[in-house]
Amino acid sequence: MTGSRVPQGATAPKEPELSRGGGAPLDRAGSLQGGWGPSGAGSFDLLIAGVGGQGVILASNVIGEACLIEGRPVKAAETHGMAQRGGSVECHVRIDGRYGPLIPPGQAGLLMAFELIEALRYRHYLKPGGKLVANRLVMVPTSVYTQKLEVPTEEKVLGQLADLGPCVLDADKKAVEAGSPLTQNMVMVGAASLFLPLQVESLEEAIRRSVPKKTIDMNLRAFQLGREAAGGCRD
Amino acid sequence: MNEERAYHIPRQESPGGNPVVPSMTKRYLLGNEAIAHAAIEASADFASGYPGTPSSEVIDILRVQEERPLYVEWSVNEKVAFENALATAWCGLRSLVTMKHVGMNVAADPLMTSAYTGVNGGFVIFCADDPFAHSSQNEQDTRCYARFAHLPCLDPATVQEAHDMVIDAFVLSEELGLPVIFRPTTRVCHSRSDVDIGEPGTGSRKGEFPRDPRRFVLIPGHARPLHKALNEKQPRVTRVLADRNYNRFTRRGERAIISGGIPVTYVEEVLPEGVSLGRIGAYPVDREALRAFVGGHRDVLVIEEGEPVIEELVRQEAAGVPVSGKLDGAVPREGELSTAAVASILAAKGFIPKPAGPPPVPVQNVPMRPPIMCAGCMHRPTFYAMKKVWREAVYPSDIGCYTLGLQLGVVDTTICMGSAPSLGSGINHAGDQRDVVATIGDSTFLHSGIPGLLNAVYNGAEMTLVILDNRTTGMTGHQPNPCSGMTARGEVKAPVSLDAICRACGVSFVETVSPYDLPSTIEVMKAAKAQKGVKVVIAKQPCVITARRAGVRRGAYAVDRDACTICGTCIRFGCPAIEMVDERASISELCSGCGVCAQICPSGAIGPKMKEKPEKGGKP
Repeated sequence: MTGSRVPQGATAPKEPELSRGGGAPLDRAGSLQGGWGPSGAGSFDLLIAGVGGQGVILASNVIGEACLIEGRPVKAAETHGMAQRGGSVECHVRIDGRYGPLIPPGQAGLLMAFELIEALRYRHYLKPGGKLVANRLVMVPTSVYTQKLEVPTEEKVLGQLADLGPCVLDADKKAVEAGSPLTQNMVMVGAASLFLPLQVESLEEAIRRSVPKKTIDMNLRAFQLGREAAGGCRD
Repeated sequence: MNEERAYHIPRQESPGGNPVVPSMTKRYLLGNEAIAHAAIEASADFASGYPGTPSSEVIDILRVQEERPLYVEWSVNEKVAFENALATAWCGLRSLVTMKHVGMNVAADPLMTSAYTGVNGGFVIFCADDPFAHSSQNEQDTRCYARFAHLPCLDPATVQEAHDMVIDAFVLSEELGLPVIFRPTTRVCHSRSDVDIGEPGTGSRKGEFPRDPRRFVLIPGHARPLHKALNEKQPRVTRVLADRNYNRFTRRGERAIISGGIPVTYVEEVLPEGVSLGRIGAYPVDREALRAFVGGHRDVLVIEEGEPVIEELVRQEAAGVPVSGKLDGAVPREGELSTAAVASILAAKGFIPKPAGPPPVPVQNVPMRPPIMCAGCMHRPTFYAMKKVWREAVYPSDIGCYTLGLQLGVVDTTICMGSAPSLGSGINHAGDQRDVVATIGDSTFLHSGIPGLLNAVYNGAEMTLVILDNRTTGMTGHQPNPCSGMTARGEVKAPVSLDAICRACGVSFVETVSPYDLPSTIEVMKAAKAQKGVKVVIAKQPCVITARRAGVRRGAYAVDRDACTICGTCIRFGCPAIEMVDERASISELCSGCGVCAQICPSGAIGPKMKEKPEKGGKP
């Protein structure tokens, strides 16, 4: 049982440390724009942002599970604890990730935003040319009212994101169409699937494995509706 | 010269003597899930803990899993959890205790002496550190406790390593006869990864206390030789850990970086070719190996989170080789690291070129979205009532969701679990002329608030203690406590009476109210204010999240737009379900129907939502 499998287990053989002959080559690391770019990490970095309670973590789990199905390494980091009480939530997912779970700013290939103010908050994680897939929704933080700040409107926030050429969809509406507003996270995964280096079949299987049995069909429908809704975004 | 070696661990049999099954499955797991599963694979017999981010999921998983039967409890505090687990390890069981870093302060008393007594069964102390204090009151480093207590400490860099280390920690503990501290950080506990896991352990043990007064009765005459024996054991501890190869030194050039824990992965991501790497995963570190590695390098940079534990060792063994790290300001003393942070440290020290452009910066003036008490949370009306009754009082508070009362101006102190009653009596004894109104949650009160209350009464303080009794441990994920009426394994128990505890502490004014009934709550608080001595108000109402999960449904409320005078009272109340829509207050679908806003609206514009009124707040 115990100790015997530790030696073969994990650390030494799995370490990319030296098998790769060293980390980022100097010239490549140096040429990165601002962040520390595709520095030899070799991963596709995805940031998922939203508000506590929107199902961000489940969306992240589906993508991680899809990596597992394809036999690819994956690293992810998520927000727990105090921040979940209606606060801003961020999930880092590094497909083919072999190092730490945190995405350096300026390196994400895709930002999936469940809410538009959160898209604004995290847009600096995108690398030049990175894609934004966003839910057409503004949830005004309560502090805006209690502190009498200017209320951000959908139009204004979208204006601040326009330069990214975002793919914006109404995930709530699609989720209701799929059978429940709770499936908006799978609508978002469906929309993002167009820009993820993962097979559709893997994502669908990952959904089957990750959601409650009774809701599989509804979640798959949500995934499909999201995928269709974002269809026009692909150039 | 590549000094890497494979692990060499003697083949172990499971405690029950079952054959070793080297079968592996790949799963996508949270760090804490992998750690919990490792305990199952290691045939752990006993697990106890007190919840605290980022450690809580381990016990939460163990208590519901069905792969291996084992005794699991949420204890009332970390000291109690530690002592329970220690005793079972004395009795020969494999035992796990879990806590967050600050929990170790509570458990430090038994910790220090457990190193003297040692253990028979494997005893793993899972203590999760929180650099950057994501969810904590400080950034203390558990590696310092390990050094202080003379106990081995394992510090994983990845989720996979965390899993493997926990299994090995049980073996190591039995091999050395010592408790083993396992210290992952937030970014290991709360990151996910593909992980190879093994089969659940099948062996189990029956414990028996091995009576031995010279070992377990720590009178001075017994403590002195035990202390000597612990010190004499240290070289062996170092040797055994060195054989494990958790600390690996790879010479690849004339400059070197040494790192430990998860920062190792950040370093690896940006490490250029031709730079040596020392990787520390276990303490105490073999000083000779460290000296041999550092020697011959032009300079060494140490990158670690928390205290400069590795760096101080490296400096002691550097023999003239220049060392850089936290102590000379090359690495930040506080907070957590990341790939981006490590890259800028490496650039500043000339290991990699400086980036071409400026780093990407966040958009300015995006409205903050701090965590907030839920719509229908019982804490909000309780705080509202306190503010109405006491106004300019001093408000010591404690640790839990209710710390968010800071936003409402009714949280003046938060330092550690159970401190509110004693800080309150201290402020009163200091001569402050204002009323002292302390707040504490039910779980925190049971954790370590009771002695403070008893002390305040006995020593004649003047203060009011409001116990925010939501019947659960809310902030960390609704773990049951003795107020919940259910154990960690789901057995129904009679909930403890907070009223009886307070009366037993000598309080004569003890009143229980529902904070959803605002007029009564204010009435009771006014009565408490008028009384002398120590008064207790128990504001009791189940956490709105657990209530919803248990099927409690209350009708939502709505604002009559014609009656709304836009006075702003309900907006200032700060409920996330109340917002401004078209220049009138409006209640969104987040409303849980507590009805408190209807009680505070001066123009009576809020009432139960009628079916025929299609007015909906919420999303534009």
